[in-house]
Amino acid sequence: MKYMHLIWAALFRRKTRTFFTLVSILAAFLLFGMLDATRAAFASGDSVVGVDRLITTSKYSIIQSLPASLSTRIQAIPGVKAVAAANWFGGIYQDPKNFVLSFAVSENYLDIYREIELPADQRKVYENTRTGAVVGEALAKRFGWKLGDKVPLQSTIFPQRNGDKTWPFDIVGIYRPAKGAANGTDQQFFFHHKYFEDANAFQSVGTTVGWYAVQLTSADKADSVARAIDALSANSDHETKTQTEQAFNASFAKQLGDIGLIVSAIMGAVFFTLILLTGNPMAQAVRERTHELAVLKTIGFSSHSVLGMVLAEGILLLVLGGVLGLALAGIVVPIVAKGSGGMLNLPPIGTQTWILGLVLMVVIGALVGALPALRAMRLNIVDALAGR
Amino acid sequence: MKRMKKFGFGLLTLLIVAAFLVVWIALPWQGIVAIAVVFALWMALTRRGRQTWQVTRVGLATVVQRLGSSSVVVVGIAGVVGVLVAMLAMSDGFAETLRSTGNDRTAIVLRGGSQAELNSILDRDSANVVMQAPGVKKDAQGRPIASGELVVVANLPRKSDPGSDSNVPIRGVSADVWSLRDQVKIVEGRKFTPGLRELIVGKGARGQFAGLDVGRSIRLAGQTWTVVGEFVSNDVLESELWGDTQSVASAYRRGSSMQSVTVMLDSPAAFDTFKASLAGDPRLKVDVSTTQEYFSKQSEGLTRVLRAVGITVGIIMAIGAVFGALNTMFAAIQARAREIATLRAIGFRGIPVVVSVMLETMLLALLGGVIGAGIVWIVFNGYTASTLGANFSQVVFRFHVSAALLWTGIKWALAIGFIGGLFPALRAARVPVTTALREL
Repeated sequence: MKYMHLIWAALFRRKTRTFFTLVSILAAFLLFGMLDATRAAFASGDSVVGVDRLITTSKYSIIQSLPASLSTRIQAIPGVKAVAAANWFGGIYQDPKNFVLSFAVSENYLDIYREIELPADQRKVYENTRTGAVVGEALAKRFGWKLGDKVPLQSTIFPQRNGDKTWPFDIVGIYRPAKGAANGTDQQFFFHHKYFEDANAFQSVGTTVGWYAVQLTSADKADSVARAIDALSANSDHETKTQTEQAFNASFAKQLGDIGLIVSAIMGAVFFTLILLTGNPMAQAVRERTHELAVLKTIGFSSHSVLGMVLAEGILLLVLGGVLGLALAGIVVPIVAKGSGGMLNLPPIGTQTWILGLVLMVVIGALVGALPALRAMRLNIVDALAGR
Repeated sequence: MKRMKKFGFGLLTLLIVAAFLVVWIALPWQGIVAIAVVFALWMALTRRGRQTWQVTRVGLATVVQRLGSSSVVVVGIAGVVGVLVAMLAMSDGFAETLRSTGNDRTAIVLRGGSQAELNSILDRDSANVVMQAPGVKKDAQGRPIASGELVVVANLPRKSDPGSDSNVPIRGVSADVWSLRDQVKIVEGRKFTPGLRELIVGKGARGQFAGLDVGRSIRLAGQTWTVVGEFVSNDVLESELWGDTQSVASAYRRGSSMQSVTVMLDSPAAFDTFKASLAGDPRLKVDVSTTQEYFSKQSEGLTRVLRAVGITVGIIMAIGAVFGALNTMFAAIQARAREIATLRAIGFRGIPVVVSVMLETMLLALLGGVIGAGIVWIVFNGYTASTLGANFSQVVFRFHVSAALLWTGIKWALAIGFIGGLFPALRAARVPVTTALREL
């Protein structure tokens, strides 16, 4: 640390060059921040709150429904605390582009999904309103919905009894997701399964359920309970597949495409380029300073401290540019998320991204500094001073 | 005063860059070829041009000595172009796969407001009304050429990751489908037999999902089905498994209902008549579109997102690469400062110096662009991937690195080279000769 001013002076010996290199590094880490946010947005299956939940779906296909009678039988399995049912509604608001993640849910669904924090008074109104709907904060903001609004949603699947596919709803609750909720929780729309059954032209929805959400008494019973649930309907015509909520979400995200792989491939290309882009000016800078380094050694700096100083210079360069880049990403990402109108739920740059980013900065900095540093260490004073 | 002059000069360069970018983006390839030809002629025929060529030759000859720093320009730009072209190839491949599925000779009818086949439902009577509508082509026996279809989704494991299920579309089709979708060709095995639990599998689906080889059995809706053939169609249908509508409907307990009806039109012009007659029929509430329109629309959202991501990532990377190139070229003119100053001292004017430095940068950039685009073309052209499509099920598509995309990549590379070379070139020409000579 006591050499800090020396390292700093060396780094800004040629201001233009260092500035250009810093901009390259900044661009790379800006990209890193944005892409990592994108990856996190798609890998949103990691709700901390949902570790004690299982999802039971049809084994054969996501579109096949399950008998409503299964509910009481699942409830009877030891280790099961509560069972909620849900159905896909496929709602759109006004324009086909405005897709709304909407679900018809049983009354206890909101109890099982504790991260949906609805004020008690709104919950009461919801329970007493047949056409009541509870929506996430971000969704309400996206369409400018307020409590008490009457909102028509068009279902792409279910017509009402009168053949009309537009269903009227009353917004009676707006929730804010609790800390640790899965990304995108604040974009959802819930309403009474009862309303869905009663008004639906398809009478079969009264006796069937899209999927079950099962709350366990404790998370470590997940495997045994899942097996017990699937055993209930083994060899019937509605066999089930029960998995943890995390596994269910992960497998769904995977179907969109391997976002993680694409992001890693891009980042690989970016960082490879970055090493070259910074390594070269760095080597050049050290070459130019041969004389100065020789003088440093002459006045008593050990070879190792010279090595350390040049390495530190590389790391400092990367950390400077990288921190600026990530900070810029921290500003840009929320703007992009806002600009996409709810299409992209980019989470803000989190601690994990920062830690990974800092590790990358130090590693790349060390890599970039390594060759020039070794050269500086091995420098022969006499040769260097003689300009050989 | 000096300050003002400097500021004015900076502003002017920025304007040149902006004007160049605007023209460059708008220019078609013919325009760029024309510029290249004019430039070559200038170099070959005028005195100034020949001088430029001499200076450039000296510069290029010394590139070998500056291999390390020159490779920064090449690799940096190769990276930008590679990522950009790969992202755009993904977006184009997806759009093309869907677009080529449809045509304007066939029309698809869904229940009103359904958006996708999976959401739709049409009962037997409505389907019959649709098939009998005017504008539908009749076969030799006078029956309409139409296919009442059903799309269901099955969970099948993915080859690359057997642990997790994917939604694979299964389409029930009628006998007429072979003339209706004539791009479908059986390449192995045979067609399914109506009434039996037999399926044929698309080439894309067979490649992506496990257990779909011809002759194998799979479990669907609790029953055993046999794969009897494989088909190719080079479009989105290849992601599907096909069986007979009746068999699929009974397995999934759909009774006699269908989800969509696809009809052959008398001619593309007959579409309006067909649509109007269905819209005017009080018994029906349906959405009618040509298959071209229907499938193209499904790719819109994702294509737009992929393009936006590709271009955003490309721009940010390009900024990084521009500054890398600036660093390299400033270093290069510095290394050659004495030589350039000598040239100017013996009477070479500014233009040859400026142009030669820029030409050198742009040649390096061109090399980078060719390498980046070339690698992507070799690795990714025809690369198969899949994503979740409109029917809540997997769409298998291939990356398509077209000539137009390669050209886009090269254009980006040259633009980066232009900006990265301009500032160092101007500096080289403006440093007072005496200063440059004295410095060394």
